[in-house]
Amino acid sequence: MNAGLGDAADIIGILVSTISVSALLIWVERRLLAVWQDRLGPNRVGPLGLMQVAADMIKMFFKEDWIPPFSDKPVFVLAPTIVFITMLTGFAVIPFAPGVGIIDFNFGLLYFLALSSLSVYSIVLAGYASNNKYSLLGGLRAAAQTVSYEVFMGISIMGVVMLSGTFNLREIVEAQRDGWFILPQFFGFIIFLIAVIAESRRAPLDLPEAEQELIGGFHTEYSGMKFGMFFVGEYLAITLSSALVVTLFFGGWLGPWLPPLLWFCLKTTIGILLFILLRGALPRPRYDQLMTFGWKVLLPAGLLNLLVTGAVVLSLHS
Amino acid sequence: MFSQLRSLWEVLRHTFIKHDTVEYPEQKPALFPRYRGRIILTRDPDGEERCVACNLCAVACPVDCIALQKTEDEHGRWYPEFFRINFSRCIMCGFCEEACPTNAIQLTPDFEMCEYDRQNMVYEKQHLLIDGTGKYHDYNFYRVAGMTIGNKAKGQAENEYPPVNVKTLLP
Amino acid sequence: MARIEIDGQSYDVQDGDNLLSSCLSLGLDLPYFCWHPAMGSAGACRQCAIIQYKDAEDQRGRLVMACMTPVKEAMRISIDAEQARQFRSDNIELLMTNHPHDCPVCEEGGECHLQDMTVMTGHTFRRYRGRKRTHNNQNLGPFINHEMNRCIACYRCVRFYDEYAGGKDLQVLGMHNNVYFGRFEDGALENEFSGNLVEVCPTGVFTDKTFSARYTRKWDLQTAPSICIHCSLGCNTAPGERYGELRRIINRYHGEINGYFLCDRGRFGYGFVNSQKRIVMPGIKGQTETTAEIAENHFRNLLKYAKSVIGIGSPRASLEANFALRSLVGEANFFLGLEDAEHTLLNAIVEILFNGGIRSPSLRETEQADAVLIMGEDVTHSAPRLALSLRQAVRNASFDMAHKMHIPLWQDAAIRQLGPIRSPLFIASICSTRLDDVATGTYQGSPDDIARFGFAIAHCLDESAAEPVDLSEDEKSLARSIAKALKQAQRPLIVSGTSCLSVAVIQAAYNVAKALPAQDKQLTFTLPECNSLGLAIMNGRPLQQAFDSINDGLADTVVILENDLYRRASHQSVDGFLEKAAHVVVIDNLENQTVGRAELVLPAATFAESEGTLVNNEGRAQRYFPVYPAADPIRGSWQWLTRLENSQWRHHHALTAACASAFPYLAAIVHAAPQTDNIIKGSKIPRQPHRYSGRTAMHANIKVSEPGQPQDMETPFAFSMEGAMAHVQPALLPVIWAPGWNSNQAINKFQQETGGHLRDGDAGARLIKPSGSHLPWFGHIPPAFEPEPGLWRIMSLPHIFGSEELSLQSTPLAERLPDLCVLLNPQDAESLGVDPGDPIEICDPARNFLLKFPVNIEKTLPRGLLGITAGRPEFQPLKFLDQVTLNKANPEQQPNSEAPL
Repeated sequence: MNAGLGDAADIIGILVSTISVSALLIWVERRLLAVWQDRLGPNRVGPLGLMQVAADMIKMFFKEDWIPPFSDKPVFVLAPTIVFITMLTGFAVIPFAPGVGIIDFNFGLLYFLALSSLSVYSIVLAGYASNNKYSLLGGLRAAAQTVSYEVFMGISIMGVVMLSGTFNLREIVEAQRDGWFILPQFFGFIIFLIAVIAESRRAPLDLPEAEQELIGGFHTEYSGMKFGMFFVGEYLAITLSSALVVTLFFGGWLGPWLPPLLWFCLKTTIGILLFILLRGALPRPRYDQLMTFGWKVLLPAGLLNLLVTGAVVLSLHS
Repeated sequence: MFSQLRSLWEVLRHTFIKHDTVEYPEQKPALFPRYRGRIILTRDPDGEERCVACNLCAVACPVDCIALQKTEDEHGRWYPEFFRINFSRCIMCGFCEEACPTNAIQLTPDFEMCEYDRQNMVYEKQHLLIDGTGKYHDYNFYRVAGMTIGNKAKGQAENEYPPVNVKTLLP
Repeated sequence: MARIEIDGQSYDVQDGDNLLSSCLSLGLDLPYFCWHPAMGSAGACRQCAIIQYKDAEDQRGRLVMACMTPVKEAMRISIDAEQARQFRSDNIELLMTNHPHDCPVCEEGGECHLQDMTVMTGHTFRRYRGRKRTHNNQNLGPFINHEMNRCIACYRCVRFYDEYAGGKDLQVLGMHNNVYFGRFEDGALENEFSGNLVEVCPTGVFTDKTFSARYTRKWDLQTAPSICIHCSLGCNTAPGERYGELRRIINRYHGEINGYFLCDRGRFGYGFVNSQKRIVMPGIKGQTETTAEIAENHFRNLLKYAKSVIGIGSPRASLEANFALRSLVGEANFFLGLEDAEHTLLNAIVEILFNGGIRSPSLRETEQADAVLIMGEDVTHSAPRLALSLRQAVRNASFDMAHKMHIPLWQDAAIRQLGPIRSPLFIASICSTRLDDVATGTYQGSPDDIARFGFAIAHCLDESAAEPVDLSEDEKSLARSIAKALKQAQRPLIVSGTSCLSVAVIQAAYNVAKALPAQDKQLTFTLPECNSLGLAIMNGRPLQQAFDSINDGLADTVVILENDLYRRASHQSVDGFLEKAAHVVVIDNLENQTVGRAELVLPAATFAESEGTLVNNEGRAQRYFPVYPAADPIRGSWQWLTRLENSQWRHHHALTAACASAFPYLAAIVHAAPQTDNIIKGSKIPRQPHRYSGRTAMHANIKVSEPGQPQDMETPFAFSMEGAMAHVQPALLPVIWAPGWNSNQAINKFQQETGGHLRDGDAGARLIKPSGSHLPWFGHIPPAFEPEPGLWRIMSLPHIFGSEELSLQSTPLAERLPDLCVLLNPQDAESLGVDPGDPIEICDPARNFLLKFPVNIEKTLPRGLLGITAGRPEFQPLKFLDQVTLNKANPEQQPNSEAPL
């Protein structure tokens, strides 16, 4: 473990910056989508509309925090906190830069996979607790979708693990000094990206909430700050996913001239923009298409990628 | 697969395309005379109310936001006793204007009619009626119709023979 | 039945019918103007052209007018053939050349047969750019607007007015392109059925003036099936409402009763609903502010602490309201609220109708009668629509003749050219009647003489019937000839009624009917009010006993239901009665004298705002439905009365069922309206047409948020445009409309065949079975009437516009009131030395001055009788006097200045 990792300054700094980045993403996403749709987006509150975030937050805080009388109340309250907490704790293992981070696990990647599996409980419980057919449908979709795509996500990053020979994220970054894993693990990257979108339930794979068919899916009955937690949770997931993509495939903090932290932030930002672009450009598949694609295309492709990588690694070592 | 990538590219390309949105209210959009905004009632070239209270606008209205009542003056000219448009329901579709047989009801390029109190969106005849002819300057329904009104007896409308004397013995 | 081929499809149609009628009966669209199901074909408009083929091989065919072509077995025709379409389109284009550009300002617009037919033929663009022929209009009185420019010369108006309704003052003037339909000079149309011109005219030449004053398009009217309450016939009407105001009444087709036509009283008498005299708030004497709840509590307390409560019912209130009152006060304390003489008459009529064994006919059946005897009624004034039917019955002889000569019955002009061949119609009345022009014989006399005359006819028909003595030779020979004519008839009809206020006349009418040998004989009575028969069946006690029970201190509180007692009994007795009663509760809809005396006044809904069942003179129970919800705090009478009864009857249907089970004669009233079980579950019948406008603006001046639609918990109808129309029985349809048929003529889409019964049956349940044992002969023959010198007997003569209580409050009718004068025989007038128009003083037999009125001379009025307009408030003080003395008044004095108005 590196010295200086996990002190109070790191923890507070990372907590504050991730949450504020996620909050800011509300604005960023709306502006970007607007730009890509030849619109302007929120530009009225504060300079460039930056205070839109504050306005939204104020609105969210002051909204009536309504719990439907027909819901399962304890579970209803618990559900949104799960997604929020799991996503936040996920940042603990992210290697922002040498010496910057909260904790350095040898099993960092497994930790991430575990947390991302945990977050689905939030959605399933929310759908169940709302006691509403749309929410329940959303919850069911989320469960099936997450469980399926977790498999490919795990398989897709095994190539990276093979190449670097470790689950430790910092060591994975270090292993990319000679070349980013995006090149040898291109297919792994594509599968991981799709799986991570499905895991974070972002458009175009946002079937659990699919406004047009399910009104709002699992969060139909949520309002106020409970909805806010789902909302921010989603942006946290984007940030976390981008950070992980950068760590696994784009060499993390590595890069010339600029300080490592800046490199990391820059790469993560590009990753986030990619997420937003995907939402802005691609249509949502049908649910059966989603499942078929996962099991019939991604799973074989992931296994193939693993096989080939294994073969290449074996042949290089022997 | 390729089409997905292409649409990603197409969307990304829009980053560098000028946006269409106009920064209203700082920047006023150019509105054409036939823009469908606030509804008015016009007068004919003689300065009389054009509306004859035929109810066709009301029945054409898809949101049923026009209500009126026919009455007539001492010479038999029909006009609305009251004419009410609930603009809080109006969708500015312009069907009323198309239905109007007398060009009385017209839509104007004014759409800035927000109110803090919804009740103020209910316009009565005195709010709707203007002094001019609006977009159509020359049409006067009663000059064409067969009805008798104050300054026009039978046979004095356009393209009319004088009234027949039914008691004459001439063929 | 004949099998014909239309456009390659095979159809079974009625033999002997014309093709137009057959096509319409089959539900096919064929434009027409001059043909009318009730009036037959004229062949004037050339609009119903079709192609008729010679045989199966014929490809060309020839153009014929469908309305003038009889159906023949195996004939081949085409409606859709290009030549026929082209001809119809050209024809309408020509008809339209002179038609003014008036639709937006025309009252017919939106329910115009001409509009419908123009669209149906596809003529959508005017090519004619020449000048148009114009006409000057006439003022045709308070009912009808005249706009002659719109005429397409189909001749329907004169065919209806002159030939069907017997009017004299609407004519065709001018010639060729200039024909003009109007009066010789301005003036009100005299015929009592002029209002039907509004519906008969296919375009906007004749429109409803009363409606035009508060005009609304048909699509904006909220409508419900209703029953006319202005006489005892129970014609079906469709009243229309907009902005909380009753706007008009039009005919609602009923295959058995009114068919296509209404009388002017029924059509234009609705004004009382919107009258200034409407009671809109409950009133408690001594309190200024009252609400429905306060009034209801007051009512409850009055009943609670009263020693004994009596209830006075009403013949113009529904069965249910009367029954609710009867249940509230108890059977022993329920009084019918009828004039005592009328009470006796109605009891006699109920006895005869239910136990006399002679069928009481519907109006359609009266039209089939081949010999008619009217006893003591001026039907045009006491039951107007019946007069129109009797006028058609007279034509049956010419129909028989036409049948023999193989002329189809729809060949109207041909039949009329057969000449004045008439079925016998005899009228015995007090003075001349409006049907005299088609009568074979008339007889004028006092009610006693009419009764004696009737007994004489009965005796001529059947020796066993009682015979009056001392009949003059003239009377005897007339009676013999009438008896002979009636004897020969297959379907003779005897009409009598209550106008004479004479039981003897009714008994004589029964004797005649009983003596008739025909199997299909019929006997009908005209009654004073819309629910007279229903009330009489309820069997309450007479009004005088109500007065007695208060005067004797047996009861101290009285509840009066929709009844102005001052019309039922003399001023003094009602005054005394209301004074003596400790508490008087009146439930009524219009201000009247009785209401003025009440301690508690409860505002009642009119027929247009409430529901109920009425029994007409035929014994048919029919239900009317509220057209629009009563404005709070007005409630239906039955609601005021049942709210108190610990909610024994929450809903109207429960009350109806209770009423039906309480009276065996009324058992069938639960079927008075068609069953609504097959209407899609949970969805009601919309009262508003599907294109009802202004929903979100009509109340916006009060509050911009739209109020919820009022709920109707009592009927199968909704106060909105939502609901199912597809499976509604035509008898329940509020609005008669079919795609492409916006006018009332769309009714052909809802009839079994044109002019026939409605599909799924006409509304109403007959309470009287024609079977039953005959009653014995009536033998109580009154002595002949002898005028006493110096004394005149008061004769209340009904008048279509002057007699009925509610329609009197309608402004347009007020303009058509008869002159305010008394009628005298010319010899009587001479003996008094008065000329027409001179005022005359009317005194009671003790020579106390009562009233002063101008005199009119009526040649046919027998001597010793003084004719007054029945039911007119001005004559009220005279009504309950038997005899009066007359003096010539000083002409300088202002006439009738003392008359209470």
